[in-house]
Amino acid sequence: MASQRMIEIWVGAFVAAGLAALMVLALQIAGLTELRPPPGYQVTAYFDNVGGLREKAPVNMAGVRVGRVESIQLDSERHQARVVLKIDQRYNRIPRDTGAAIYTAGLLGEQYIGLEAGWEDEPLAAGGRIENTQSAVVLERIIGQFMTGMGD
Amino acid sequence: MPADSSTTEPLVKARGLVFRRGDRAIFDGVDLDVSAGRVTAIMGPSGSGKTTLLRLIGGQLRPHAGSVRVEGQEVAALPRPGLYRLRRRMGMLFQSGALFTDLSVFDNVAFPIREHTGLPEPLVRDLVLLKLQAVGLRGARHLMPAELSGGMARRVALARAIALDPVLVMYDEPFTGQDPITMGVLVTLIRRLNDLLGLTSIVVSHDVHETMAIADYVYVLADGRVIAEGTPDELRDSSSEWVRQFLDARPDGPVPFHYPAPALEADLFDGGEGR
Amino acid sequence: MTDLVAALGQRTLLGLQGLGRAVVLVLRLLAAVPAALRRPRLIIEQVYAVGVLSMVIIVVSSLFVGMVLGLQGYYTLVDFGAAESVGTLVALSLVRELGPVVTALLFAGRAGSSLTAEVGLMKATEQLSSMEMMAVDPERRILAPRFIASFISVPLLAVVFSAVGVLGGYLVAVGMIGIDAGAFWSNMQSAVSVRDDILNGFIKSVVFGFVAGWIALHKGYEAEPTSQGVSRATTMGVVHASLAVLGLDFLLTALMFD
Repeated sequence: MASQRMIEIWVGAFVAAGLAALMVLALQIAGLTELRPPPGYQVTAYFDNVGGLREKAPVNMAGVRVGRVESIQLDSERHQARVVLKIDQRYNRIPRDTGAAIYTAGLLGEQYIGLEAGWEDEPLAAGGRIENTQSAVVLERIIGQFMTGMGD
Repeated sequence: MPADSSTTEPLVKARGLVFRRGDRAIFDGVDLDVSAGRVTAIMGPSGSGKTTLLRLIGGQLRPHAGSVRVEGQEVAALPRPGLYRLRRRMGMLFQSGALFTDLSVFDNVAFPIREHTGLPEPLVRDLVLLKLQAVGLRGARHLMPAELSGGMARRVALARAIALDPVLVMYDEPFTGQDPITMGVLVTLIRRLNDLLGLTSIVVSHDVHETMAIADYVYVLADGRVIAEGTPDELRDSSSEWVRQFLDARPDGPVPFHYPAPALEADLFDGGEGR
Repeated sequence: MTDLVAALGQRTLLGLQGLGRAVVLVLRLLAAVPAALRRPRLIIEQVYAVGVLSMVIIVVSSLFVGMVLGLQGYYTLVDFGAAESVGTLVALSLVRELGPVVTALLFAGRAGSSLTAEVGLMKATEQLSSMEMMAVDPERRILAPRFIASFISVPLLAVVFSAVGVLGGYLVAVGMIGIDAGAFWSNMQSAVSVRDDILNGFIKSVVFGFVAGWIALHKGYEAEPTSQGVSRATTMGVVHASLAVLGLDFLLTALMFD
């Protein structure tokens, strides 16, 4: 049996290792996203079909992540999906006529929102709305169209 | 009735004690008294519930009927804290010694002192060395229990049992399986500690010779009852068949050689029906 | 036939009685926790015995589990053109399931069995009984510190398991296969959530530590005081603890990730 002092040192090291591992999990593996959410502003976009888009999916512009999807709900009047995006505060000069489309990373990968920059000088304000949207590509529908197209 | 002429209340007093294990009555109305300052021996053949008696006195078991009083307190009725307070005034030497195998001899003896007193370590050390000196094992304090002989382990356990200066020390078969020298050592130790420290001792044993040598008063148990009691001299003069069989170690007598069984002829010829 | 029914009923009753005694024990252990906490040294010794001494097996197994996950994940995902997601697969599998579950299983085998054997032997050699006669409550002095130590150690071990496992996956995916390190981490980070995944996995491991320690101590404390009884109790302790962990894992998963 190790001496009392050594036992205490080892137990201290053990607990420290456990806490360090917890830090690694939170910072490196989860990216510690919720614990210190970057300041940002919300904009809304309506889509006919969001496909497999999920909350917290990335929002990219020119391939750079600029925010994430905050919430997805069905708007019961328009019968469209109302998607709230949260854009990081530092990207506050996104043009007002910017368009949004839902893309898929890889053939079966995660879905994300890509922003297509517009031309206007006036930026998209907090609480603003993205007018120009393009729905998710639903694989079944494409295949269906392809099949009927072949039949013609 | 116990032949105790003194007017003081006995330290341990059992009345009408009944204890059953399953359907078998281990005790069926046992009365006995243990007077303070004396060595009282409980003797009886194996299986007569001697160890059970010690556990009833220590409150580890509860009697089905009757009472056990220690220092006037009904043991079975004590709530846990009261029972634990009472047990601090008792020491018990288990048949196996029951030393803590992961602690050294020193730490084993120090265990009850450290658990109950919170004395500073130098004082604990002095107390432990005194107790070990009393059993002649001060030099063995660094050994681990696995390194001790059976007799030494029992002496360490004895030192541990008296560590808190108890009023009552109970010995469960202290002589079993010891060589003659160790037996002699233990016999003198029990007697000497009892007289020097002013203890009261209960010795449970079936070693007739050694027990009779140190006891002041002897109870003989069989079939769940006290079948004889008295000073060793009185018992030696007893004419009871029972006592004679036990003291003279006769194989057959009131205690039959055979475990109860149907007649041998019936058993042999029943064609293997009952095993 | 009636014998069979009777035997079955007998076994059921025995099982229920065992469950009842286990529940009584855990309630008494919980009641003994405040008193045990006043003697941290006893707990530290037990954290050393069940936690520190389990570190080697945890680190080595988690490294291998993570490497296997990386390899298998890659082989599967590459067919779908999603090889970059291998980091996500490794991290989610470890944090949500394999970290807590495999840690608890290894703990039951490595530390739980030794707890059962230790307590069972202390009972068989009358050490617990003699402790009681010394007016020391064995539940408080022996069982409670071991229980608390299991409860502390398993979550820590599980967290280490997950972290080292991800490192193993990284070594294979990035070091061996050559997936881009940035893609490996960023895919993982966008998919793993602190609250949904890491916290829930942590809660699982706390529950598993509680159950594994409880079952190990219960089996030892209730062991028949013979060498055969202790060895049977040790085996049954590992078996029951493993089954309990797997069963509870299903329940907890259903509750958490609905």
